[in-house]
Amino acid sequence: MRHEHIEVNSGLMIALVLAVISIGGLVEIVPLFYINETIEKVDGVRPYTPLELRGRDIYVREGCYLCHSQMVRPFRDEWLRYGHYSLAAESKYDHPFQWGSKRTGPDLARVGNKYSDQWQVQHLLKPTSVVPESIMPNYPWLLHNDLSYADVGDRMRALRRTGVPYSLTQAEYEANVKTFGKDVADKLDISQAQDNLLKQARGRNYDGLPNRITEMDALVAYLQVLGTMVDFSKYDEGYFAEFR
Amino acid sequence: MAISAAASAEQYNYDIVRKFTIMSLVWGVLGMAVGLYIACELAWPFLNFDIPEITFGRLRPVHTTLVIFGFGGCALFATSYYVVQRTCQARLLSDALADFTFWGWNLGLLLGIVSYMAGMSQGREYAEFEWPIDLAIAVVWVVYFFNFITVIVRRSQPHIYVANWFYLGFILATAILHIFNNLAVPISLTKSYSLFAGVQDAMTQWWYGHNAVGFFLTAAFLGMMYYFVPKQAGRPVYSYRLSIIHFWALIFLYMWVGAHHLHWTALPDWVSTLAATFSVLLLLPSWGGMINGVMTLSGAWDKLRTDPVMLFLITSLSFYGMSTFEGPLMSLKSVNALSHYTDWTIGHVHSGALGWVAMVTFGSFYHLVPRLWDTKMYSQRLIYVHFWLATIGIVLYITAMWVAGIGQGLMLRAFDDYGNLAYSFVESVVFLHKPYAWRALGGAFFVSGIVLMCFNVAMTVLAARREQAALEAKLAAKLART
Ligand code: HEC
Ligand code: HEM
Ligand code: HEM
Repeated sequence: MRHEHIEVNSGLMIALVLAVISIGGLVEIVPLFYINETIEKVDGVRPYTPLELRGRDIYVREGCYLCHSQMVRPFRDEWLRYGHYSLAAESKYDHPFQWGSKRTGPDLARVGNKYSDQWQVQHLLKPTSVVPESIMPNYPWLLHNDLSYADVGDRMRALRRTGVPYSLTQAEYEANVKTFGKDVADKLDISQAQDNLLKQARGRNYDGLPNRITEMDALVAYLQVLGTMVDFSKYDEGYFAEFR
Repeated sequence: MAISAAASAEQYNYDIVRKFTIMSLVWGVLGMAVGLYIACELAWPFLNFDIPEITFGRLRPVHTTLVIFGFGGCALFATSYYVVQRTCQARLLSDALADFTFWGWNLGLLLGIVSYMAGMSQGREYAEFEWPIDLAIAVVWVVYFFNFITVIVRRSQPHIYVANWFYLGFILATAILHIFNNLAVPISLTKSYSLFAGVQDAMTQWWYGHNAVGFFLTAAFLGMMYYFVPKQAGRPVYSYRLSIIHFWALIFLYMWVGAHHLHWTALPDWVSTLAATFSVLLLLPSWGGMINGVMTLSGAWDKLRTDPVMLFLITSLSFYGMSTFEGPLMSLKSVNALSHYTDWTIGHVHSGALGWVAMVTFGSFYHLVPRLWDTKMYSQRLIYVHFWLATIGIVLYITAMWVAGIGQGLMLRAFDDYGNLAYSFVESVVFLHKPYAWRALGGAFFVSGIVLMCFNVAMTVLAARREQAALEAKLAAKLART
């Protein structure tokens, strides 16, 4: 066919453009949903608890992902600095993913349990008070703002519709008990969402303020769980390489 | 507006072109000023002032959105409406629908940046708008497509001019990308969760993200190039065949390369290898297009000495060539291991964004403004000054970012004699301070350039209005006498 024909026929041109631009995406994206090896089979990865979930919302709200990645790459320096490289499985409940594209600050994929809750609170309030050279902004309002959690059940319900196994029915709850064990399954029960949130925040008192549930509680709870779900001592290294 | 353009105003709708041109400059100044501000925040963090609305994390999307969709987007609306009417010799079908895209687009943007500052964000780069704004934009986009295609269908030329192919590709691709990348489950008007998670979400986002680059910031601006370079040079496009190859290869290849933003991540290797391969191939059509643009000037090289507008256009093509060389280089996995996550990426972004996107827009606007208002530019000298301010600004910006990016990349992977890490992360942060300050200075040059341009354009428009008023007064006097 000569290009002449396309140039004089706008319908044909539209059709061809649509065909040509569709191919790349179809070939690269669609298989990711169907190829089983895309996501590693590994124990321990669970959806976030209601409190952690609210913390994640705040992480997205403040745009932390624009300075921090959550994706450790398989290099020796990153291993030493951050720990085991990230697995696809570790972000399989992340809506949206927060891998990031720029490290103005260090990677956070394995920051959980690296510091005490107290350090995290102090650091978020005023980073230079613990790391004098830091260029990270202060986030004092996280401690002033009470956490709004009335709609946390709605949030879990929305995520359930995307496929995250938060449970609404007895059958779903039992399935969760099978997959995650009873302790975790209880935390994924949407009908108990608010109670669970309060229990976790009061139990550990992340922000150091015993009488209040603040946004700081939620954000620190989220940071402290990052990268801690998989027990890497249970797998030998060759295992994960099979999925790459 | 001005009646002097009456003859052409009847033939074409220039009013919409004027409006979008002005808004492009307004968003440009704002967006780049915000860019300068966040650059300063990185160099001098006290500028965050503990005010949530203006901390780096919330302002950065304001910057990217204003420059890409405000400055760039309005420039594309303006030039595509202009080019499609002129090359098809047909008027936009409906002035009301053209105005609808103007108000819809600009109000959407305004609402969007206010919502970012208030902390509403989908958390996906270049697609931070929450779902109601996404929906509104989708409607505007469909109307845009309708406006554009109905001119093409009513063209009085048998052939569709090459610039319009690129605009058409851009409009169609953007629609598809926007819809699929923003699939989400809402929980309220201001919050939603993306439909996909983890790897699939990452791949969808960067399929979108790179094609925001490929179609929004490249293909569409190539449409601009294919009209304004030949016009300003007063010669036809260098090679018709090259344009055909350029167009089809470019739109085909771009859609494959998104995964080069995800090298070495948990994305399966086969995808990122495919993306790297196609990224290297992409060098060919990109340089083909650059050569096509530059060679259009062959035989009229003396214009570079006498015509500052040509300087803008040719410089933009050089930066296009440069960033499309740097891009494939950074797509190689070994190079990307160093460059990814560092300021090298930021330098690459801005050699494309400032050098190519902004420069070709400035050049085209300097060509367009006198024609839209039927007059001459207020000052040619100021165009030269703008050119040099912008060029110095770009050079400062990208050299500072090469130093910052490559320096930090090397520091983070350095080991001492015992096999321990040689530097802590914060040591690299300290190292970045100086390059960040130089980048801010470069940004300041660039911003002063566009501010100067606005002054020049404002004076031009005011002068045109005055001439117009004088003319009308004369006419009225004449009529009164008879
Ligand atoms: C302007 C960029 C920037 C933004 C925005 C930012 N950070 Fe940081 N962050 C840094 C830098 C730089 C460091 C390294 C210096 C330090 O420890 O303060 C850092 C360090 C950290 C650390 C310590 C990591 C470690 O392993 O030592 C944590 C945790 C952290 N940031 C969390 C956050 C959270 C949560 C947010 C959002 C509320 C955020 N950051 C927003 C730049 C940023
Ligand atoms: C005066 C000029 C400008 C200055 C000072 C400036 C400054 C900045 C800064 C400081 C960042 C954040 C970098 C980081 O996170 O480390 C940024 C990001 C960005 N800017 Fe600009 N900018 C300018 C103009 C532009 C223009 C005109 C465009 C596009 C047309 C643009 C597009 C972008 C994009 C796409 C990003 C995100 C990059 C990424 O995520 O990798 N900028 N800019
Ligand atoms: C052949 C052409 C090009 C190729 C192959 C290419 C390749 C790349 C690569 C490999 C990255 C780094 C990804 C990472 O490590 O995270 C990148 C980032 C980027 N490029 Fe290009 N590039 C090309 C042209 C351009 C042009 C012309 C622009 C114009 C403005 C541009 C804008 C960007 C932006 C905005 C980013 C940053 C995205 C982000 O991380 O937020 N690129 N490109």
